[in-house]
Amino acid sequence: MSEQATPNDKPMPALTGLHGQFYAWCRDRELRFQRCTRCGRHRHVPREICAHCSSMEWEWSRSSGRGTVFTWTEVVRALHPAFGAATPYAPVVVEMEEGVRLLSRVVDCPPDALQIGMPVEVDFQQISDGLTLPVFRRAAVAP
Amino acid sequence: MFKDKACIVGVGETPFCRKPGSGLSEMGIQLKAAVAALEDAGLKAAQIDGILPFPNVGKAEAFAASLGCENLRFAATLHMGGAAPVGSLRMAAMAVTSGAADYVMVPGGWNGYSGARVRETAATDVNSIPGGEIARDFYMPFGLTAPPQWYALMARRHMHEYGTTAEQFGAVALAMRKHAQLNPAALMHGKPLTMDDYLASPMIASPYRLLDCCVETDGAAAFIVTTVERARDLRQKPVYIMGAAAGQPYPADEITNRADFHRTGLTNAAPEAFRIAGVTPADADFAQIYDCFTFEVIQQLEEAGFCKRGEGGAFVENGGIELGGRLPVNTHGGLLSQAHVLGIAHVVEAVRQLRGEAGARQVADAEIGVVTGWGDFGDGSIAVLRR
Ligand SMILES: [Zn+2]
Repeated sequence: MSEQATPNDKPMPALTGLHGQFYAWCRDRELRFQRCTRCGRHRHVPREICAHCSSMEWEWSRSSGRGTVFTWTEVVRALHPAFGAATPYAPVVVEMEEGVRLLSRVVDCPPDALQIGMPVEVDFQQISDGLTLPVFRRAAVAP
Repeated sequence: MFKDKACIVGVGETPFCRKPGSGLSEMGIQLKAAVAALEDAGLKAAQIDGILPFPNVGKAEAFAASLGCENLRFAATLHMGGAAPVGSLRMAAMAVTSGAADYVMVPGGWNGYSGARVRETAATDVNSIPGGEIARDFYMPFGLTAPPQWYALMARRHMHEYGTTAEQFGAVALAMRKHAQLNPAALMHGKPLTMDDYLASPMIASPYRLLDCCVETDGAAAFIVTTVERARDLRQKPVYIMGAAAGQPYPADEITNRADFHRTGLTNAAPEAFRIAGVTPADADFAQIYDCFTFEVIQQLEEAGFCKRGEGGAFVENGGIELGGRLPVNTHGGLLSQAHVLGIAHVVEAVRQLRGEAGARQVADAEIGVVTGWGDFGDGSIAVLRR
């Protein structure tokens, strides 16, 4: 990673608790979501308990990494000082094959080329020794 | 139940300003509005025994100590962002009809222009943003940091599913601006707006342009609720609370994983409020809809039942929400063109309309009005009021 790409005042996730476990998998270049071992449902963001069946038994289940663009916004004027140099950029909601959605970026697609329904697949962007973010790239149309 | 047993008896506002700022502290400007509301009602501060402050801008204890409310016995803050004032209106009605308090003050205000800007507070205080650690760990690292960006995700999806257009967003901005021309207190008074101006305004967070966004303001407002019996001895004609409700989206602390992406707090709250009131949306003579951004007006008109989901864009076109249209919305100019004082001015304006005090922007013979609040990641509140 270049130093320039990682200004240290960008907001960082706290790498503790369940959130920290999620990002620990990302550091190993794996996207995993919690999956309830009683009812089988995936969930994101991480939570202690399954909201469908109240089970507290779960596992970190590896995602296929495939999803589609659900919605996005192109940030033209940064509203946080750390992102001033990054504009324009587009936070994107990706709907995964497992049914969960997560907020990320599509790193190889300019904002004005984004489309709802566009197939994407996960990639990983190392920010520091301790932190890797899950990001997405355009994928071939699913069969 | 509080239906028609509680009423709003006093309203107060400060002047609204941007440059050079109010010159008052955040508490000072709210106290000024509180005193104006007391004066309007004909009440002494010592009679106020309930205070429901807006989140993060002041504590009930400080209001009571400053104003001289020696018998404070009902104090709470609803953590619903911009939905808090109307949610507090409902809570005040419940309090006075249950006997938990006699006179409840709902104050709110800030130096939203000259003080800490909303868009900056997230950078320093993660607890000030809805979702808290969820936003910190899963949104902010990707650059989703501020309200127009959160809500833009919803607006984009609505455009995709229902064909809602930029011009329809513009129709909301134009209606608010048109109403502000009839309101000398509005920040955008004397500054009319055309669709070309709107479409030419710079993009902030697509699909939101600058003129889709409310005006950051220094200002404050307050209102006072009591029972119908106590209102008889006071200065003003009471404005009756026919029905009120509040609700949350699901999940409320995380935007992206909603099975129904358009279901907000108002989706469930509005039918409850109208059922309590015993009227329907068609009975409203006007509505004051929390308009932090243009699309939120369209969304709330739909979820409140003024039109079906997906029809909000058409509803606001062709003067539909302007004075003289099918449902005048935000007759004061709203957050978009009057001032952003946290939604309390929407309640104040509803009261003025129902008292017949709205001057050049008066809705003729206004009898029933609706006020909504919208906050955080889609919390909702609504009140149905009558004269
Ligand atoms: Zn389960």
